[in-house]
Amino acid sequence: MGAALFLLLAVLTVVAALTVVLHPNPVKSAMALVVTLFLLAVVFVLLEAHMIAALQIIVYAGAIMVLFLFVIMLLNLQSDEPELGRGHGVQRVLAWSGGVLLALELAVVARGVPAAKVGATPAGYGGAVAVAKSLYTDFLLPFELTSILLLVAVVGAVVLAQRQRRPDVS
Amino acid sequence: MIVPTDWVLTLSAVLFAIGVVGVLVRRNVIVIFMAIELMLNAVNLSFVALARSRGAVDGQVVVFFVMTVAAAEAAVGLAIIIASFRNRATVNADELALLRG
Amino acid sequence: MIDVGIAGVKALLVLLMVLNLSAILLWVERKGSALIQDRIGANRANIFGGLLPFNLGIINTLIADPIKLLTKEDVIPAGADKLLPFLAVFPVLVTFAAVPFGDQLQIGSTTINLQVADLDIGILYVLAMSSLAVYGTVLGGWASNSRWALLGGIRGSAQMISYEIAMGLALIGAVMTFGTLDLQAIARAQGHHFFGVIPAWGVIYQPVGFVIFLIAGIAETKRVPFDLPEGESELISGYFTEYSGMKQAAFMLSDFAESVVVAGLATTLFFGAWQVPFLFRDGFHFPGGSVVALPQLVVVVLQIISFTIKVFLLCVFQILVRWTLPRYRYDQVMDLGWKFLLPIALANMLVTGVVVVLAG
Repeated sequence: MGAALFLLLAVLTVVAALTVVLHPNPVKSAMALVVTLFLLAVVFVLLEAHMIAALQIIVYAGAIMVLFLFVIMLLNLQSDEPELGRGHGVQRVLAWSGGVLLALELAVVARGVPAAKVGATPAGYGGAVAVAKSLYTDFLLPFELTSILLLVAVVGAVVLAQRQRRPDVS
Repeated sequence: MIVPTDWVLTLSAVLFAIGVVGVLVRRNVIVIFMAIELMLNAVNLSFVALARSRGAVDGQVVVFFVMTVAAAEAAVGLAIIIASFRNRATVNADELALLRG
Repeated sequence: MIDVGIAGVKALLVLLMVLNLSAILLWVERKGSALIQDRIGANRANIFGGLLPFNLGIINTLIADPIKLLTKEDVIPAGADKLLPFLAVFPVLVTFAAVPFGDQLQIGSTTINLQVADLDIGILYVLAMSSLAVYGTVLGGWASNSRWALLGGIRGSAQMISYEIAMGLALIGAVMTFGTLDLQAIARAQGHHFFGVIPAWGVIYQPVGFVIFLIAGIAETKRVPFDLPEGESELISGYFTEYSGMKQAAFMLSDFAESVVVAGLATTLFFGAWQVPFLFRDGFHFPGGSVVALPQLVVVVLQIISFTIKVFLLCVFQILVRWTLPRYRYDQVMDLGWKFLLPIALANMLVTGVVVVLAG
């Protein structure tokens, strides 16, 4: 029953991901990515990672994608015209065949991993307490460094995106 | 409701490959960026699947960090795109080839 | 299969409750605002052309309004998108799945927890769904292909994401106090009484948190005094100007449903959810020592009624605020969210943390 649900989610996720990559309108691409992220959050819940699923929706689908949409609307991007120009047809064929080959290779490697039998996970697995305990004890240094990284990113984004002030002409 | 781990890893592989194709095929810089986010999410998925098969939450904490770094990268990357759009009025990767001689 | 059936019934009940509360709030809004503004309000609708000997009053308007909205011509400007309003309603209605509306019901040998989904990360789920609510606004404004709607949409979404932060931080104070993210556990933890008399509701533990949460919640729902995105006197209807008929009904519904959601969360975390003072699972235990034993069904019904009344009172409070205060300017809205609420919420978190650690 869980496996059937996962198959359905997997098909929907692949369809949404293909829409992201193929649709000419960037706004529809962004919405398709939001749908992909939401479906992935549902898959995370199936894999008993409840806290990460909630964080995926709050951070990824709820904040990062809103940022993407803001930028797309700010730049007022219309649908992409189909690319013309020499070399593009050959490039596209090569890219697609490369992509299919990559998918097959990764799938083969992934199935070859001697993953342990999934037994019953410990109680409270994937809940907020378990993740927080690991985060604040084993991963404390990366956690503090991440806060500095976010500060740098905020300052950098503000500096890069603000308008240049014209020097006074006086 | 146990999902076999190798099914999840296969899905992750397919999503990653779709992201790679998106980066290679599309010319709109923002869509390329979105394809990169797709790749990051595929990696998150395989982290979560393998964490569950090991029964440890370390994999989920790594996902937490990947999400944070992706957020920081998205903010700075989009700011760069806005800044370059002000100068060149285009988001087409072909026309943004500044280093070409 | 029985579990799925029970969950379905609970989901249906919660949905009906939210929709009914929205309809009643519409009535309260129109007549209450008329009362505050010293006028009569809507009273022109009538059934059967006035042939009936009695007048149903506002009920006529409440029946006529949905009929009008449903049968209106759907004017779609060129280039606009169609599916969006239902996307705006979905996260709002789904949030109520995590809110408990009663303790537990024992039928035979099964214990039914009166909450649609017993999530151990209840509060995170609620925050996640409120993050998704931004999309309705931003896309509603953009998809209408009209500059007034776009302005409203951008202002609205910027306001929503700013106040999400203050709302989340205010909730963290409550989480630290009760030590869990599970909403039903938090509701149960508010059952005891201080000195045997004062009910230990969250607002006593976290008064500052409650105020911040309420302000941020009102800003999230884009009601006055934060209704610049919908600026009725400037932007016509802001981000949902171009929608008519059924889609406008969906947006209006999402407006009231968000109000109910904010009230429901504030009730659960700060006002004891379904707790009635002195009511325990087997009946009333008054501080004087007298015990009134009650059958379990009566207890459950009392709890559900108390939850509904508390949510309703908080919604009425939001309506009162709406018709009393003038509208904030946009830069004032942003200042309030980032420079005022955010530092206070952080300070609240710090103080709560210190107190929790010291008190053990």
